[in-house]
Amino acid sequence: MESILTINNLTKKFGYLTAVKDLSFTINKGNVYGILGPNGSGKSTTLGVVLNVVNKTEGDFHWFDGNTSTHDALKKVGAIIERPNFYPYMTATQNLKLVCKIKGVDYSKIDEKLEIVGLLERKDSKFKTYSLGMKQRLAIASALLNDPEILILDEPTNGLDPQGIHQIREIIKQIAAKGTTILLASHLLDEVEKVCSHVVVLRKGVKLYSGRVDEMISSHGFFELKTNKESELVKLLENHKSFGKVKVHENLVTAFLNEPMKSDDFNKHLFEKGITLTHLVQRKESLEEQFLQLTDNNQN
Amino acid sequence: MLRLLNLELQKLLLNRTSKILIFVSFILPFFVILLSSLKINVFGFFTLELGELGVFNFPIIWHLTTFFASQFKFFFAIVVVSMIGNEYSNKTIKQNLIDGLSKKEFILSKFYTIVFFSIVSTVLIGLISLCIGLYYSSYTEASIVFRGVEFLVAYFVKLIGFFSLCLFFGMLVKRSAFALAFLFILFILEWILFGLIAWQSDGNLAEKIQNFFPLKSMYKLIDQPFQRIAMSKFPDKAELAYDYGAHGYEMLIVLCWTALFIFLSFKLLKKRDL
Repeated sequence: MESILTINNLTKKFGYLTAVKDLSFTINKGNVYGILGPNGSGKSTTLGVVLNVVNKTEGDFHWFDGNTSTHDALKKVGAIIERPNFYPYMTATQNLKLVCKIKGVDYSKIDEKLEIVGLLERKDSKFKTYSLGMKQRLAIASALLNDPEILILDEPTNGLDPQGIHQIREIIKQIAAKGTTILLASHLLDEVEKVCSHVVVLRKGVKLYSGRVDEMISSHGFFELKTNKESELVKLLENHKSFGKVKVHENLVTAFLNEPMKSDDFNKHLFEKGITLTHLVQRKESLEEQFLQLTDNNQN
Repeated sequence: MLRLLNLELQKLLLNRTSKILIFVSFILPFFVILLSSLKINVFGFFTLELGELGVFNFPIIWHLTTFFASQFKFFFAIVVVSMIGNEYSNKTIKQNLIDGLSKKEFILSKFYTIVFFSIVSTVLIGLISLCIGLYYSSYTEASIVFRGVEFLVAYFVKLIGFFSLCLFFGMLVKRSAFALAFLFILFILEWILFGLIAWQSDGNLAEKIQNFFPLKSMYKLIDQPFQRIAMSKFPDKAELAYDYGAHGYEMLIVLCWTALFIFLSFKLLKKRDL
């Protein structure tokens, strides 16, 4: 697979504080990546280093095949960091023209990208008159100007209202559907879960996991069950070899699987044993549960 | 190079405040010189015509106009520090770098702008001086007309040097107002140092050393012309004589400072985490 960004043993220290410690991972073409981690885990610092605004302390990174300088590579990258930064006294079009001049892109792209983010009607309004949601959408349009090989988004929905969050997510999904590689840094897990195929999990600057979202913890999921014969059900589950832990909370029985099992087979089995269910749901752990499990395991 | 200049000009000319300040610093002295060269009737009491004093004769006109016009450089100094300060406060410096501008290109785009406006200003002042001079001067032979033209070169070097200093202070403190305060502090500091050296040794030595300081060396490029005008009126008064020339070595000192300030600005930006 074609690699877009390779990071090797990257370390960044701010005085005594180590923001990123010995971090290595690779971003491949065509996937949607999430960088997950609580606030202050080194997500933005890592992105800052690869985007040439933060100096690394040790280690190295290279874009694409390693033969392009960072400065040239950034012309093929679209990135938004934290807050949308534009000149307040210029209109949207003027701001984007400036970006075109920096990236060496033709002006004809401006209207096309403003159309994508739905700002075409307001293109001649000054940036300072925009709402936060519009500013963030303008930032996305600016990042898309050069039809980037990879789009880097750092907390793109931070501080937005639910409508704004929804709009940004829809735009990201559209872009991902076109096959653009995306790197999304966020502490909002459901956001990452909804759009990403791969994740890198960081805590205190150390990598805990990198790989596919669904392989983050080895788990076969669990059943949520309700029945009128609760004690019989619990007894049966505890003696069944396919099940591990069983939890009961307010009439809801949660049974964790040790091996794969289909819900229809399980239902049939219970019915044969004389237990009828009033509620049956088979689920996998959400990213949030997986994430907490992962960070907890590493704390102990 | 044109791309970088173009980039910075867009940032400046779309901003109303900097547009006004640029106008004040470059166009205003042009008009003031033009007006002062006209006959002014002061309420019918007497007619003021500066031209009659001989100040618009070649070669002294080069000295006078460049000295006068260089006082307006402070307005553009505000533009220079604010063009750095605004990039920091809007965080657009970070966005520019992320968009693919290198740190070197960022500093260069600012420097090219400084050079560009210095050239524009020098050409403007050169043209107006030439026109007024030709109108008033009784000698219009090329050898006399262009005798004092080194003041124009000195004016150009002075502008570049001063604005590079402002650029460096802007990069150093990131805030426009503080950068201007730093300029003032430097001015005081130079005089304190001068005072200290003069007190410890003698005044002559102190002045020689002071001539190497950044602000003083820029000032020395074009000395005040009033004494020179007085000299031309009373040629026998030897105590008025002083060295008013715009010398090559003075320009060299200022150019060295310019190179140092631009280099330091670049190093500073390179080292900084944004």
